[in-house]
Amino acid sequence: MATYFLRKVLYAIPSLLGISFIIFAILSLAPGDPLAEFGANPEVPAEVRENIKKSLGLDQPWPVRYVKWLGALSQGEFGFSFAARRPVTDLLAQRLPQTMMVVGIAYLIALVIAIPVGVLSAARPKSAASHIVSLITMVGISLPTFLTGLILILVFSVELGILPMIYDTNIKLDSLDGWGKQIKQSLMPIAVLALFNAGAMTRFVRSAMLENLPMDYVRTARAKGLTEWSVIIKHALRNSLIPVVTLIAINLPGVFTGAIITEQIFRVNGIGELLVTSVQKSDTPVVMAIVFIYAALVVASQLIADVVYGVLDPRIKFA
Amino acid sequence: MSNKRLVSLFSLTAAASMVLAACGQAAPAAPTAVPAKPTEAAKPAATAAPAQPTAAPKPAGKRGAGDTVRILYWQAPTILNAHLAAGTKDFDAARLILEPLAGIGSAGVPVPALAAEIPTVANGGVSKDLTSVTWKLRKDVKWSDGTAFTADDVLFTYAYCSDPTTACATASSFAGIKSVEALDPATVKITFAQPTTNPYRVFVSTQGYILQKKQFGACIGAKASTDSACAVANNAPIGTGPYKLKDFKSGDTVLYSINDMYRDPDKPFFKEVLFKGGGDAPSAARAAFQTGDTDYAWNLQVEWAVLDQLAKTGGKAVLVNTPGANVERIMFQAGDPSPEAGDKRGEPDTKHPFFQDKRVRQALAMAIDRKTMAEQLYGATGDPTCELITTEPFVSPSKVYGGIRKCEPDIEGAKKLLDEAGWKPGPDGIRVKDGKKLKVTYNTSTNTLRQKEQALVKDAWAAIGVDTELKNVSATVFFSTDAANNDTIGKFFNDVQMYTNNYSQPDPTDYLCDFTTSQISAKANGWRSPNNIRYSNPEYDKLCTALRGESDDAKRKEIVLKMNDLLMTDYYVVPLIARKRVSAIAKDLKGVKDTPWDSEMWDIADWYK
Repeated sequence: MATYFLRKVLYAIPSLLGISFIIFAILSLAPGDPLAEFGANPEVPAEVRENIKKSLGLDQPWPVRYVKWLGALSQGEFGFSFAARRPVTDLLAQRLPQTMMVVGIAYLIALVIAIPVGVLSAARPKSAASHIVSLITMVGISLPTFLTGLILILVFSVELGILPMIYDTNIKLDSLDGWGKQIKQSLMPIAVLALFNAGAMTRFVRSAMLENLPMDYVRTARAKGLTEWSVIIKHALRNSLIPVVTLIAINLPGVFTGAIITEQIFRVNGIGELLVTSVQKSDTPVVMAIVFIYAALVVASQLIADVVYGVLDPRIKFA
Repeated sequence: MSNKRLVSLFSLTAAASMVLAACGQAAPAAPTAVPAKPTEAAKPAATAAPAQPTAAPKPAGKRGAGDTVRILYWQAPTILNAHLAAGTKDFDAARLILEPLAGIGSAGVPVPALAAEIPTVANGGVSKDLTSVTWKLRKDVKWSDGTAFTADDVLFTYAYCSDPTTACATASSFAGIKSVEALDPATVKITFAQPTTNPYRVFVSTQGYILQKKQFGACIGAKASTDSACAVANNAPIGTGPYKLKDFKSGDTVLYSINDMYRDPDKPFFKEVLFKGGGDAPSAARAAFQTGDTDYAWNLQVEWAVLDQLAKTGGKAVLVNTPGANVERIMFQAGDPSPEAGDKRGEPDTKHPFFQDKRVRQALAMAIDRKTMAEQLYGATGDPTCELITTEPFVSPSKVYGGIRKCEPDIEGAKKLLDEAGWKPGPDGIRVKDGKKLKVTYNTSTNTLRQKEQALVKDAWAAIGVDTELKNVSATVFFSTDAANNDTIGKFFNDVQMYTNNYSQPDPTDYLCDFTTSQISAKANGWRSPNNIRYSNPEYDKLCTALRGESDDAKRKEIVLKMNDLLMTDYYVVPLIARKRVSAIAKDLKGVKDTPWDSEMWDIADWYK
């Protein structure tokens, strides 16, 4: 098993290199300019902008810049942001808590909702509850987060005026009052993301369950006289969890990169928001760091998923 | 192990969709206009003594009587050392901490900040030959760390930005200076390389914030943006302004608290300032007008129909429109932008196939209905204008549309001009001359408002038999200096382009002189020189030289008006809308004095509730 994982990690290196190369190339070849915001501003004439670009190293051809970036990375450095002129890792450290707080909690809630609801609706596929669940999950999947986000803002901030529409990152969590404010301002973004994620996950759990329930082993379990719930939880659910683990493994790195649209709408300064603004500003070091870490997390979460598969299904061997 | 294959397949699509989502999202927050920020500015001529600033309204209370004032920018500040700024938001966020020697009020008059008085020829601060200016500094100013502010800090700021390897965004305001010296700890003398009619170019307004030598001393040159100690300083500058930094989350919020060392013991009124960035302009407008989640919302570039509705139904804030020098304009290419020109494409020695005939340009200009455009799309946030110069003392903002010359649409007149020029309507209604159709390409930045303007202009031109191909490119491309892209404003490989530009100082000398022959954009200068229409008029060039040498206010005004007149009657530049600075201010927030010539935060010490 150890050699299996070692091999996987070694395999990951060329693919991470490939990913970083492709992303760097796309970013460099795509039109854009970190100083475009100054535009034709007569105060910042083109020569000054060129000089700034030179100081950022942008006068060099992109393959050279890529090699330099790799060199810095090999020493564990993601470089300096063009816009903030400070280490990218600082920026990520500032934003990770918000992303964890909002996206992470939303994801947990989605999971807590999805598994029981998915199982229930699969166990009683013809019940009214099951139909309602499929309707709600359908809505959750189909409505884009920018729409649900706006609707929530219009209802709860504009009409009712009970929830703030601007996320305040300076709330101190050292008092009950602080926690109250934090929960209040997190409600809408978490609700938006939880609805979206729960929708997808519920359907996944439900369809996996539906696939397993008619299987022979389930009939055998029933024939042995086990209670229905024991059959569903101990036998069918356990076997249905493998595709669910797959889904979770895919989504887990997303907890790090955050929710691009939702963070933008509610002004949550998470990593997703950082990624969007950095792409807009052609802030290559920041974009590269986020994408690279994301890619690394994808590889890591696959490894974790592999381990979980082994636990769920002892027949799975690693060689 | 089919599950593993499933995992990798899913991760691939997930990664792809993430990148796609990021790219797709790139449009909304991109700058919609040239983020023309009135910055460092000055009174048109040094000879007249600037009126002393009218006394600021007294805050209702003492220092720190108010709690927190919340400011919302839809672009978030990323750095607080304004000299390394990446946009207006950085200049504004820094202004609460860092100060110039003087700010510029709405009338274009300098107002002392760190200076004890405004130097003029009359008080001997500006030399008679206009080659030097001597600033007397306030002696009672302390940095927020308690050390004294002296001439050394001013000298240091010059040394910092005049080093090209520091790569200051404000470098152009420090150009053309022979020396900056301290006559004594409270007196700074700036000597210019040439006589200058604008002595308030340096250390004034947003381009002239003074850095503390003690803090930034080791940060000159490349270290400014690569050294980690300097990175700390850039993000937490020590200043002389009314506030000092409490917490800065780059790209999100700046939290300020009162600078106890601030020179005015009664100010500022608010204990804290929460400067939040991010999101988009319409939702910022909503937060100000409808929910009251913010006290001040910046630069609400929102289509008028939407903004008007938010302002009317919300009622928690008022819309403040400050007229300034921003003019949305259409420009006609004087060079040959067609691909057939080959290597010579866009070069200044080529001639545009049909715009060289003034009647064609004039006809196109005559067809446009600026008033309708302003009313439909800009409302209170922009007025139609027939002039490029839109500010006092040259042109009164109330006279820009029809007060000096008429520019109402005249379709029949335009048709007649085209007839005279030999462009006859073809069978499909498009005019033809020598077998060539009158077809233009019209480029601008991607922005809902601009695309609606384009549609209006296209209709107007269709009415006179001109076929228009509309184009738009992302603002980050349009305003970039990317020499490989044909759609940048500098390269201008189209017949017509449109954007907003301004003069950031009350004195428009440099702005007007940007249309002279020596400033023509060409391959030789990397398509970077400002005269991107390739306009060349010897008479105009002479006026620029005259303007640079003239110090008498009345004569300067005369020349400025002549230059404006020449540009307007040559029809290479067609002004459309005089755009205003648009912000929303909570109804109970008082004391805000907006000026187009300085940062919107220039007077935050005077704000109160």
